[in-house]
Amino acid sequence: MSEPIIQFAGVNKWYGRFHVLKDVDLEVAAGERIVICGPSGSGKSTLIRCINRLEEHQQGRIVVDGVELTEDLKSVERIRREVGMVFQQFNLFPHLTVLENVALAPAWVLRLAREEAEARAMQQLARVRIADQAAKHPGQLSGGQQQRVAIARALCMQPRIMLFDEPTSALDPEMVKEVLDVMLELAGQGMTMVVVTHEMGFARSVADRVVFMDEGRIVEQNPPREFFANPRSERTRDFLGKILPR
Amino acid sequence: MEAIAARPDPAAAREPPPAAPGPAAWVRRNLFSSVPSALATLLVGAALVRVLPAAVRWLFTGAVWAPDYEACRRLEYHAACWGFVAEKHRLVLFGRYPFAEQWRPLVATLLVVAALAASAHPRSWRRWLAPAWAVVLAAFFLLVRGGALGLTYVDPGLWGGLPLTVLLTLVGVSASIPIGIVLALGRRSRLPVARGAASLYIEMVRGVPLITVLFVASFVFPLLLPQGLRLDPLARIALAITLFQAAYMAEVVRGGLQALPKGQLEAAASLGLSWWQAQRRVVLPQALVLVIPSFVNSLLSTFMDTSLVTVVSMYDLTGALRLALGDPQWRNFFIEGYLFVGAVYFACCLAMSRYSHWLEKRLGRWARRPEGYAA
Repeated sequence: MSEPIIQFAGVNKWYGRFHVLKDVDLEVAAGERIVICGPSGSGKSTLIRCINRLEEHQQGRIVVDGVELTEDLKSVERIRREVGMVFQQFNLFPHLTVLENVALAPAWVLRLAREEAEARAMQQLARVRIADQAAKHPGQLSGGQQQRVAIARALCMQPRIMLFDEPTSALDPEMVKEVLDVMLELAGQGMTMVVVTHEMGFARSVADRVVFMDEGRIVEQNPPREFFANPRSERTRDFLGKILPR
Repeated sequence: MEAIAARPDPAAAREPPPAAPGPAAWVRRNLFSSVPSALATLLVGAALVRVLPAAVRWLFTGAVWAPDYEACRRLEYHAACWGFVAEKHRLVLFGRYPFAEQWRPLVATLLVVAALAASAHPRSWRRWLAPAWAVVLAAFFLLVRGGALGLTYVDPGLWGGLPLTVLLTLVGVSASIPIGIVLALGRRSRLPVARGAASLYIEMVRGVPLITVLFVASFVFPLLLPQGLRLDPLARIALAITLFQAAYMAEVVRGGLQALPKGQLEAAASLGLSWWQAQRRVVLPQALVLVIPSFVNSLLSTFMDTSLVTVVSMYDLTGALRLALGDPQWRNFFIEGYLFVGAVYFACCLAMSRYSHWLEKRLGRWARRPEGYAA
């Protein structure tokens, strides 16, 4: 395996006295697609939020794209430019139009001219098939449409890594597919993806590796075929028994 | 097939049932919907019937309108003597400003009001607005202060009445907003020094009445200035009002900042925006719209609070009224005087309040909250 693009080595984190991440070691290669699953409270969202330092770890090393995450704000901002993130609650900016949402970061972080930023934004909106809604405000769109805009917004910075934190959990059932379809396409284009999700169908068809977490620990990680057919630990079997249709 | 097509589709949208039409239905629905409601309607109606004719007679039909002292005296207070206002309105509106030159503050105030009207619409919130206002304020000072362009010099100590009220409110509010924003951001900052300094300032200022601040600004502050440096009293008072108001503005803004869901800042950060960029592009535009109602609250209270400057010998609208009432002949007609001044305040406040409602609606059009945007 070549140099990993994301590397966790002995990472520990506490919320107050609560130990959320315990001795986490994880390596992700460029172009790899990782699905993280596990029961709620197992630390999977915290883990993914450590990658762009929305959460700070207290012990161990996290290296992203060759840069170690530390207190240094400049290196954190640099990494955030390389790492796009999609949230469970979309977190679109309600006061801006769809186009302005997507063009905001290119215009202010990359300092592109307005026309250039907007042209780039339109490209990404077309990529998630929502260019026709560019002039609307997020509040006028359905949940699925909003999440696709959020994906376009993250893609517009041309990141090398995309993080998805339960991207379909807040959606009505009939809108899950339109978001998963966009993610599938992205996976097909060779993007490095780390996805926290309960969509086991997505994990089966896209993931190179499934990581199972419980109580802050990585319990096991395997390619999906192996993971689903042959779970090693009791806890994994128990979890899969609960969420997979029999 | 045709039989099916002919049947009305049960799922088709239908018109809502019409609301009962006509004034009779309206009266029943709004005034007599229940026994307590009917009783309240009758009681209030009876009171109006008793009071209204007398009030109309006292205020209008029986009142003396000419500045005729003898006519007013013959009323024996059974009707209003607007003659007092007719006689003294220039003094009430302009204070001690030299009588012959009062067109200058009038023109200056109209200029400011026109500039306010022109910048009221969000469409005119462009880059040129700040320099345009600088020009307007410079023109205001030039006109009122004089000493150039052939205008005689009028000492700021003589400025008064409505122009003074407008000036102090305008300067106080517009300068306190940016200071308040900085204080609010400071108070929520992760840097302990910024947070401590902002909190200390806000709590100290809010723990002191405005009247004390005004006293300090006009009597104590000059003693603290180094020799040779002098700040004229009006500037000191404007500064005091600004710094006082900034503490309240800070808390208003903080309320708006706190109402924003954490996800907004996280999304901005995840895109690589710096803290300042996130505040400027994402947080403040939303927070400031959320707090427009409280902003207007502060604006109105500043407008009224300027009447406290009389304690340091400045005569704003209220103070100038007291000057007018100093005339022994007219001193008993203070009710009419205060009603007049009250009406001026009321008209200004009503205009500001209606404007803020309109602005809130217009800027908050996006506020049909997207999902995940907790109220």
